[in-house]
Amino acid sequence: MADEVILLSYWPSMFGMRAMIALEEKNIKFDYREQDLFNKSQILIETNPVHKKIPVLIHNGKPICESLIVVEYIDETWPGENQLLPSDPYQRAQAKFWADYIDKKVNGPTRLIWAGKGEEIEAGKKEFIEVLKTLETELGDKTYFGGETFGFVDIAFIGFYSWFDAYEKLASFSIEAECPKVIAWAKRCLKRESVAKSLPDSDKVTKYIPELKKRLGIE
Amino acid sequence: MADEVSLLDYWPSMFGMRTKMALAEKGVAYEYVETDPWVKTPLLIEMNPIHKKIPVLIHKGKPICESLIQLEYIDEVWSGTYPMLPSDPYQKAQARFWADFIDKKFYDPSWKVWGTKGEDQVAAKKELLEHFKTLETELGDKTYYGGEVFGFVDIALMGYYSWFKAMEKFGEFSIETEFPKLNEWTKRCLKRESVVKAIADSDKIIEYAYALRKKFGAE
Repeated sequence: MADEVILLSYWPSMFGMRAMIALEEKNIKFDYREQDLFNKSQILIETNPVHKKIPVLIHNGKPICESLIVVEYIDETWPGENQLLPSDPYQRAQAKFWADYIDKKVNGPTRLIWAGKGEEIEAGKKEFIEVLKTLETELGDKTYFGGETFGFVDIAFIGFYSWFDAYEKLASFSIEAECPKVIAWAKRCLKRESVAKSLPDSDKVTKYIPELKKRLGIE
Repeated sequence: MADEVSLLDYWPSMFGMRTKMALAEKGVAYEYVETDPWVKTPLLIEMNPIHKKIPVLIHKGKPICESLIQLEYIDEVWSGTYPMLPSDPYQKAQARFWADFIDKKFYDPSWKVWGTKGEDQVAAKKELLEHFKTLETELGDKTYYGGEVFGFVDIALMGYYSWFKAMEKFGEFSIETEFPKLNEWTKRCLKRESVVKAIADSDKIIEYAYALRKKFGAE
């Protein structure tokens, strides 16, 4: 029986990008359905009644929500190709720890940068640089966060790269100057087809932000 | 070779209680190290340099941080007995979703309802009751969150059990009256030795909450 795989997502969402990258890494055919988060569709509300957020993966009619949970589900359901999480329990725990760190620590300061005003932007930038430096230390001289293979933590973080140009412009700084290893890592990730297919153009994101702020009622 | 397991924890922590329950369910012997998270000991900083928080599970000298990640690690390492997560990827994703809901949504109002005053407290109570309702609906007529077997989501939520009385007292509501199914579920869970041994005395928690209220300026 053929699998029916649908992904409800939103093109600038770094969380949606995680799900797309995972599906592409596994070579899974899926039906991508762009969602308007300001006019939520029936299918979004039905499949994610608790949060009403994207991404939602719908596999043979059954929804899976929350991007990292979606990525794990994809890895477990299609185990054959390109393993995304390590098999060793300790390494798995470390991968989950860093993905959780990214979820807890990146969104706050980056939101201050693109949605904040005045001093908030500066505060966001300072905090973001600290978080980037922590991630850079964790990355070290490895090819990817997990070592030699592209995996869970890389997938958790790489989507934010499409917003880096915007952050740099809005907060007047250079991420490469602060964290060259992070930028080198991002460029390595972008060589992967799964990532290149899933990340929008940085320019498109940067141009979209004023419109996004308007729609959110932030000015 | 004997497994060397220790747990850095703090007696009132709802997160530490989860890990204690999981270790007990699996019959794992461990050294409990009472660790006051307000006092950053050298061991705590060494084992959790990123967050400097408890609980920290230390297995053969290697630390695992974040309670839900610890639960999954424990389930994978001591896989022979009593599985906490279902083996089916979809059921697993659902269990992870609800544990994530508890941490993302339930946690904040659950402490604000006793830790704040005035408008903040009123807002926290409203939100907390909504989340309790969601959790009651999700439980439905099941014995446990996962169905017939006590598992991941039950442990994730029972970690908070010792704090329920404090939430009720400061929030002025009754779980028994408003969420009868949840109430019955707690009684079922309390029949388990692993749970009884892990939880703290509810009245001691109320005393502790009073002390924290003063510290936070809510008293």
